[in-house]
Amino acid sequence: MQTANIDQIIDAHQGKPSALIHVLMEIQHVNHWLPREVLKKVSQKLEVPFNRVLQVATFYKTFSMIPKGSHEVHVCMGTTCRMRGAGELLDTVKDLIGVDVGETDADMKYSLENGSCLGCCSLGPEIIVNGKHHTRVEPSKADDVLKSYA
Amino acid sequence: MSEILLQIDGKDVKATETMTVLEAARSAGIHIPTLCHHEKLEPYGGCRLCTVEVETRGRARLVAACLFPVQPDLIVRTHTPEVDKLRKTIIELLMAHAPDSFELLDLAQEYGADRNRFDQESSFCLLCGLCVRYCNEVKQKNAIAFVDCGAKREINFIPEIASQECRDCKECFPLCPTSYLQAAYFLTEALAFPHESNAAHALTKK
Repeated sequence: MQTANIDQIIDAHQGKPSALIHVLMEIQHVNHWLPREVLKKVSQKLEVPFNRVLQVATFYKTFSMIPKGSHEVHVCMGTTCRMRGAGELLDTVKDLIGVDVGETDADMKYSLENGSCLGCCSLGPEIIVNGKHHTRVEPSKADDVLKSYA
Repeated sequence: MSEILLQIDGKDVKATETMTVLEAARSAGIHIPTLCHHEKLEPYGGCRLCTVEVETRGRARLVAACLFPVQPDLIVRTHTPEVDKLRKTIIELLMAHAPDSFELLDLAQEYGADRNRFDQESSFCLLCGLCVRYCNEVKQKNAIAFVDCGAKREINFIPEIASQECRDCKECFPLCPTSYLQAAYFLTEALAFPHESNAAHALTKK
């Protein structure tokens, strides 16, 4: 955990309750998850009640209260991607990483998520890793995509 | 503060500017059913049982009375076939979660609701938010939180705070329309700060 970095983010918004979501997003971005201790610190420094912080942190899918891997892998399961074979692609990715949707592998390297339409219907099926779109991914190409992040 | 004149169920009612339709109705002795409303708390509009029909400039629509501010010449109808049917459905939906809640059973009788209309999915919590809001607004202890979203939303006691504050307070207990809050508290207590509360343990010590 990059404690110094997290402290910096929190300190920059000290005493500003309205910055709650912004702060949580930044911490989620650098740390990939929100440990309870960090949420307590956010609550103190931003002067937001802890139950409010907890409520916000559990409400949005962006935030994770459990550790995530360093690469976030999203496989689109929107209607178009599904029709273009995303089901098979997701199964392949599951096999390659060795985890189910919502889980992280033992090396803390990849976290797998799916989504219902991630935006590039005309280029589906797609995998998004750390925000970068990999389009027209055949199941056989999934390995290459993941390996480029190894 | 200026006085506002409106009509509720054909009765002329005087209200002040900051009042809601619910408050105005209650001050005139007109009953509107509520579940998530509490006098000491900010209006919440969570249960929608207080839905009434309001008419302004010849147009009628449905609003939540606990949130809707009074307006001059507003015409409010608290019991129309449409409103009653809506309330009946709301009660039936809530009863899928908490079929044995006394408050709901009373309301069900009043509105002829069928407790088995929807498949039961007993979560026992109606998410009325009374406990969460009472703890936040009146006691300012913030010991209970809503967590998660959508169908998975539920109330949680925060062990760190609950272990300090709840044992001598428990003022939220009588507010709960079901008994889920009590259950949630004792579960948290048993899991997170059990020592002193465990009566059996205390007895064996003697």
